[in-house]
Amino acid sequence: MSEVLVLVDEVDGAVRKPTYELLTIAKRLGEPSAVFIGGAEAADAAVEAVKKYGAEKVYVVDDSEIKGYLVAPKAEVLAQLVEQASPAAVLVPSSVDGREIAGRLAIKIGSGLITDATDVQPGDDGPVTTQSVFAGNYTVQAKVTKGTPIIAVKPNAAAPEETAGAGAVEKFTPTISDAARKAKIVASQPRQASGRPELTEAAIVVSGGRGTGGNFDPIEGLADSLGAAVGASRAVVDSGWKPHSFQIGQTGKVVSPQLYIASGISGAIQHRAGMQTSKTIVAVNKDEEAPIFELVDFGVVGDLHTVLPAATEEINKRKG
Amino acid sequence: MNIVVCVKHVPDATADRQFESDNTVDREGVPGLMSELDEYAVEQSLQLKEKRATGDGGEEVTVTALTVGPEGAAEGLKKALQMGADKGVHVVDDAIAGSDAVATAKVLAGAVRKLGEVDLVVCGMASTDGAMSVVPAMLAELLDLPQVTFGSVVESQDKEFRIKRDGESATEVIGATAPLVLSVTDQSGEARYPSFKGIMAAKKKPVETWSLSDIDVDAGEVGAEAAWTAVISTEARPPRSKGEVVADEDGSGAKALVEFLASKKFI
Repeated sequence: MSEVLVLVDEVDGAVRKPTYELLTIAKRLGEPSAVFIGGAEAADAAVEAVKKYGAEKVYVVDDSEIKGYLVAPKAEVLAQLVEQASPAAVLVPSSVDGREIAGRLAIKIGSGLITDATDVQPGDDGPVTTQSVFAGNYTVQAKVTKGTPIIAVKPNAAAPEETAGAGAVEKFTPTISDAARKAKIVASQPRQASGRPELTEAAIVVSGGRGTGGNFDPIEGLADSLGAAVGASRAVVDSGWKPHSFQIGQTGKVVSPQLYIASGISGAIQHRAGMQTSKTIVAVNKDEEAPIFELVDFGVVGDLHTVLPAATEEINKRKG
Repeated sequence: MNIVVCVKHVPDATADRQFESDNTVDREGVPGLMSELDEYAVEQSLQLKEKRATGDGGEEVTVTALTVGPEGAAEGLKKALQMGADKGVHVVDDAIAGSDAVATAKVLAGAVRKLGEVDLVVCGMASTDGAMSVVPAMLAELLDLPQVTFGSVVESQDKEFRIKRDGESATEVIGATAPLVLSVTDQSGEARYPSFKGIMAAKKKPVETWSLSDIDVDAGEVGAEAAWTAVISTEARPPRSKGEVVADEDGSGAKALVEFLASKKFI
């Protein structure tokens, strides 16, 4: 069986959940080989983490020479690994950086690229991917027809399955060109941890729109009672009530949780593009004509400032 | 300074977009327009021009709007020219139909090369149809340039560029030296509406139409036949059936909401 390369998604050495989803998918397609590009001090913990999810091999690439240089060096690392390992596919997270690494890699190795996959299954002639397009109105199945399939996979595309892998470590020293070291992160301000789940990975998302009037207490209260992430519509971000990292929609994050609760959001097409594939949709809105109600499994026509706190209180009571 | 801003003519996102029987995007049956997200790229290009024109010595800046697509794509160019771009380039060739992101990037790269000395290639953060957000990175790779993408704030001095972006886990400032590929988000500043003067002036602005042979791109490298990916099937998502909607009266809404969540085992 051929190797399937999985680019490890990590923040400060901690492996993130989408990596385990990619490893689970990789196992369907071949032998998972994780590619860890990071600090030497974090490598051991990362190897242990990916081993638990079936990584047979772990390529460890010390990033001290390329740290802070954005995506181009990582694309070079993967291109060189593809040449060495001739994998059946390369899987990367469908994040801003992941897609761009994949884009550069595709050109480098002359291979087709599919982004935003919500599912990947083995097919007769290579992996078959599923994507949701046109604001979630269409489902598309596609495949790569040239070279080594490069697939950028969205969070929650698979349920991570724990399965022990050999986790054989292979140190890899890439050759990085000067050209790849031209765009550099010159300053970085880590986002304050909210203590809530990450928006794109959360099972439940509670989001607020213009109807909040900028007061997110009811949204956050309900979110915390349900263990949910907090999101916002573009109107909220444009008004400066929440930073862009909260935005759900075409130009923000695209989420696909088990439960999405839209509060004070009318449901314009741009917002729907970011949440329409959620499994269960609930809306609370004062305006009974709001287009969001066309999508809901359950809706309340009412003021979020009274409905949400009352619901939160009842949920907390039930939880005891 | 020479700026090239890439714009894409797309089916209107608020219309009923669909696929053709050959699984390509229906670009005829749905009204088209310049991708909304490219307006921000045009805006940034114009702001750069304006800032530099009024700075020390008044640097001369030319903004060229570049598009790839069938005849109708000229409409997208027109919008960019009305907003204030100086000239337009439209690459149109029957062989391009059905191109994937790689082929699109190749055509754009060919056109940028033909334009000669280019300091800055500006793109939107994504198209509103394909929405892969990979063309700027591919273009940078093909032109062997650095990329600074998803900028919400763009600052520059001479050839040094700094952008601010909301990264996955941090807000970052990224720096690079021109020539480079830049992409900007919808947070980078409200795009201007074409003024009446702008609309009139656009009619006189030069637009060049190039074919693949003009830009030294082999027709065999683009189009549906040469695509490195293939769509197997497209299926309209079944419309969501509207569920129960209740009116809140004296707290009944919250109770009903909690009951619903409990019935679905979310509590």
